[in-house]
Amino acid sequence: MITIISRVIHYGFKNFWRNGLLSTATTAIVTLSLIVFAGLIFANATTTSIVNFLKDKIDVSVYFQLNTPEDEILAVQESLTQLPEVKAVNYISADQALQIFKEKHKDEPEIAQSLDQLNSNPFEASLDIKAYDPTKYAGIADYLDRPELRQYIDKVNYFQNQQAIDNLAAIVKNVDRAGLLITIFLSLIAGLVVFNTIRLVIYSNRDEIAIMRAVGASNTFVRGPYVVEGILIGLIAAVISLILIFLGFVVSPFIYQASTTFDVSIPGFSITQYFYRSFFKLLLYQVLFGVLLTSISSFIAVRRYLRN
Amino acid sequence: MTALEDVSFRINPGEFVSIVGRSGAGKSTLIKLLIGEEKPTKGRVFFGQYEVNRLRDKDLPALRRHIGIVFQEFRLLPMKNAYENVAFALEVAGRPQSEIDELVPQVMDMVGLSDKLSNFPHELSGGEKQRVAIARAMVHRPEVIIADEPTGNLDPLNTWDVINILLKINELGTTLVLATHNKEIVNQLEKRVVTLDRGKVIRDEPKGKYILL
Repeated sequence: MITIISRVIHYGFKNFWRNGLLSTATTAIVTLSLIVFAGLIFANATTTSIVNFLKDKIDVSVYFQLNTPEDEILAVQESLTQLPEVKAVNYISADQALQIFKEKHKDEPEIAQSLDQLNSNPFEASLDIKAYDPTKYAGIADYLDRPELRQYIDKVNYFQNQQAIDNLAAIVKNVDRAGLLITIFLSLIAGLVVFNTIRLVIYSNRDEIAIMRAVGASNTFVRGPYVVEGILIGLIAAVISLILIFLGFVVSPFIYQASTTFDVSIPGFSITQYFYRSFFKLLLYQVLFGVLLTSISSFIAVRRYLRN
Repeated sequence: MTALEDVSFRINPGEFVSIVGRSGAGKSTLIKLLIGEEKPTKGRVFFGQYEVNRLRDKDLPALRRHIGIVFQEFRLLPMKNAYENVAFALEVAGRPQSEIDELVPQVMDMVGLSDKLSNFPHELSGGEKQRVAIARAMVHRPEVIIADEPTGNLDPLNTWDVINILLKINELGTTLVLATHNKEIVNQLEKRVVTLDRGKVIRDEPKGKYILL
């Protein structure tokens, strides 16, 4: 058994080497497919960060009447935090609200003056609520609309922004869904291109397969080297695709430009940084996708020539 | 149309049997039945303990390791050199490397190609290719060697080289089945001849001649 396995591996490597031109061409096609695949990973990372960025912009604030005791507000905060759909509840006291306002308008002395003329702080304390899922704000707003809270709550801004929040939530959902569909569709195309290439390679080897069968080679012995060759091609293509992408980032000023543009439009996200940060994860994906695709393609493509 | 009908004969261990007949008489079909490449619509084919017609695809390799096959068109693996082509027959049987290192040069010597071990098929002449193919067919010491028109693509000189090698193998105890339509060879061999015509055995003589009316 070990002899068979070592011979199968040996032949896999030898065939790859001796079929130089064909192996190179196949590796090139698999490399291109893997670059498409990596592109999809980048696109997904970008949409995810856009979606998260948008989600993060959505929140709901509850404003409390001026005379509401802080204990009551903290109790509401506590009960909101208990809700499973709530991600965070941030308490902004009346004093903090005043500070924030002053900070915002520090360059406009007349506003500061008019504030000073008031004897009391006109600002209401508020709770900023963030949900995990933007479609859940309606439920949270309903939760706050209870008789025992009505005496304290001045307004919940969800009801003013409902339309905008719902729209944004719908966009987030659609972007997510479209991203998934495009990913599946393009992965499928990339996969089919590789499968077809390998099918042609095996087709050009059909006479050899018939000879091996005639000489008494078992199916494993005929098929094994092709699968090993496939794995080898997948591995090499995975490495080459990442090297090309790396060169693309380093060399191409256009992509560099594009990535810095992205940096501006999506705070906290840069494709280049993403590439360096998740390099090993990308390598793992590329190797997995490349190796699985090529070896399974070889396995299936040889099957039809193993009869007789 | 049936390629073979009512064919029934037995080949004993150690025999040298020529199967003769015109093109289309059914020689190739007979050989395909023997090695399980085709299945009979009716009837049974036995090889030693195997009932060939009942073997499944995945059991065929085991049967074929008991047989050495020589084809008219040589059928060497183009990406392997002469040595590797011969070694392949041992490798598929899972023989250890030490045995391969010992047997392959021995057999290549017997077919007179000791100096062509590292040549690839496209670097060999037709006669040399066929001798490599014979070396591959015999290296694993099969009980039977089946040669299907082995001289069909060769000139007369190479033809006799090949036939002499086959005779030598037979003398060493291997059963030989030779399908051919070369009258001269059959008549000189003076061995058993099974004559096929239009899918039927019309003659089976122990020291036969090539006679077709």
